[in-house]
Amino acid sequence: MESYAELDWVVIMADLDRKSTIAESSQITNALLKRSVSPNQINTDKGLILYLEGISVSFDGFRALNELNLYIETGELRCIIGPNGAGKTTLMDVITGKTRPDKGTAYFGQNVDLLSKSEPEIASLGIGRKFQKPTVFETHSVSENLELAMEADKRVWATMFASLSSEERESMDEVLLLIGLSEMRRTQASFLSHGQKQWLEIGMLLMQNPAVLLIDEPVAGMTQQESETTADLLTQLAGEHSVIVVEHDMEFVRSIAKTVTVLHEGSVLAEGPFQKVQGDPLVRQVYLGA
Amino acid sequence: MMIRSLVNHDRGGQIFLLVLCLIGFLIPIANLVIPSDSMFHVPTYSVSLLGKYACYALLAISLDLVWGYCGILSLGHGAFFALGGYVMGMYLMRQIGTRGVYGHPELPDFMVFLNWDSLPWYWMGLDQFWFAAIMIIIVPGILAFLFGWLAFRSRVSGVYLSIMTQALTYALMLAFFRNELGFGGNNGLTDFKDVLGFSLQSDATKVALFVSSVIALVLGYLICQYLVTSKLGRVITAARDAESRARFLGYHVEYYQVWVFTISAVIAGIAGALYVPQVGIINPSEFQPLNSIELVVWVALGGRATLYGAALGAGLVNYIKTILTGALPEIWLFFLGLLFVLVTILLPRGLIGILRRTRLGGNNG
Repeated sequence: MESYAELDWVVIMADLDRKSTIAESSQITNALLKRSVSPNQINTDKGLILYLEGISVSFDGFRALNELNLYIETGELRCIIGPNGAGKTTLMDVITGKTRPDKGTAYFGQNVDLLSKSEPEIASLGIGRKFQKPTVFETHSVSENLELAMEADKRVWATMFASLSSEERESMDEVLLLIGLSEMRRTQASFLSHGQKQWLEIGMLLMQNPAVLLIDEPVAGMTQQESETTADLLTQLAGEHSVIVVEHDMEFVRSIAKTVTVLHEGSVLAEGPFQKVQGDPLVRQVYLGA
Repeated sequence: MMIRSLVNHDRGGQIFLLVLCLIGFLIPIANLVIPSDSMFHVPTYSVSLLGKYACYALLAISLDLVWGYCGILSLGHGAFFALGGYVMGMYLMRQIGTRGVYGHPELPDFMVFLNWDSLPWYWMGLDQFWFAAIMIIIVPGILAFLFGWLAFRSRVSGVYLSIMTQALTYALMLAFFRNELGFGGNNGLTDFKDVLGFSLQSDATKVALFVSSVIALVLGYLICQYLVTSKLGRVITAARDAESRARFLGYHVEYYQVWVFTISAVIAGIAGALYVPQVGIINPSEFQPLNSIELVVWVALGGRATLYGAALGAGLVNYIKTILTGALPEIWLFFLGLLFVLVTILLPRGLIGILRRTRLGGNNG
């Protein structure tokens, strides 16, 4: 253990020599204390928050992703569309650390290599994911769900003696207001409607204060009214967070998207504003079917 | 103050603790103070029986913690109970001294019989109660920690984990049957004389052991109640219901599982240690898989994820067992099997589930 600590110090001192700004040194001290990179250390100087380059993933010979390149800007709202089997879910799995690619690189900001991190590490770094099927904790109440999702020390010992501070209560109230569930905070999550569960799940993501939100089919199974509310919610979130939405519902994509990425057979087929992508003959052929 | 906040919203828990305190207070009086010709006198035999039930109830609570709240069905929890019991048994053996059949000052009878000339290293220090008390916590704790570390980190779960726990207790049973292991082989450890200098034959000691078991049960209940009502409790039930979701939220689910499994094993070990002086024997049959399965039936009958329900189930099934094995011994196992089938089909939430539903008065179950 001691020799590792020494090694750390050598690296740190070398770093300090090279660029001895106060910000740098405090970053390094933080890293030493927490032994991991905290969210505010994601370097996004170039305006990009996610860099995926040359990603390939195969399952039993089937190429789910094939030399995929994708860049996400800080604060943008990006929609990813594509036919079934185009690799949308696999792409999410790679970003969140669930699936390891066979080759390629994935960076969060310019400095964090996602491929060397575990699922919980990536989550605590600030990449939150919302699953296709709403998976909230059914036997817990709405506010307990948010409490579990809250950005906090999630180690066993700290959790055993954790209690909510007043700031934490406030941020919980804010999120409850944003997702429109303030009145239902004590309701057990299993009694929520489908749409409410989706919003609760988005609320749970927000409690982690993530830099990037990955959202898988948010409006599947929602009524028209609920879809519109969801579109408003997601548009509000962009800017402060970078939001990536995977969605089939073209009407919904049209209502929120600035930039659309079309996936096909594991790589990017087209990318650009909705109108341009919609007009692309190749895209019409493989996906829009017209 | 803290205790009050723990059971504040828990009506069943309040009743449970009240009943335990009453029993723990009245039974000793009924046994020691009230003369034996009075109808209110409780014979010493019954006191020890109740003490045994209290140990079983504590064991059931420990299983409920992992099964009910973590969703880990351990079919080998009897192993931790037996290990705690063995440590206590070793301490009690070393208290016998020269009063054994062979009169050896240090070696227990079975070692003299095997022609051993010195005490194995793992028997050292166990003549001291404080050391035995530490080992009662450490031995089951370490085993559970190692087992849990290997199993949960490799994400073994569900029926595979249940089978592994079953194999664990079976393997320990086979090992403890062997004479050369130095735990008395199939006879186990018995013929205890005294504990902390008090004769195990005296009524007062038996009552004291009963009271200790009730206190351990109360404390065990409060500790488990604290755990399940803390944020940790919400994390483990969340992981039980949607494990990968809990992982994505940044919880190292396996560490929680290892930790809760270890606490549970320690509680089971303490229950075993209190059980052994009251029944006067510990042998490898305590490791048999059937015991652990019976334990699962107690918890299922009482109601999973209720803690006091598990204790109630343990008391009830063992009371029936005491009666049935006395009156119609050949029926007992059929009854146990039938009970398990009926509880699984008709009472998925156990007796406490029924009580709660009738109190709510609605159909929302």
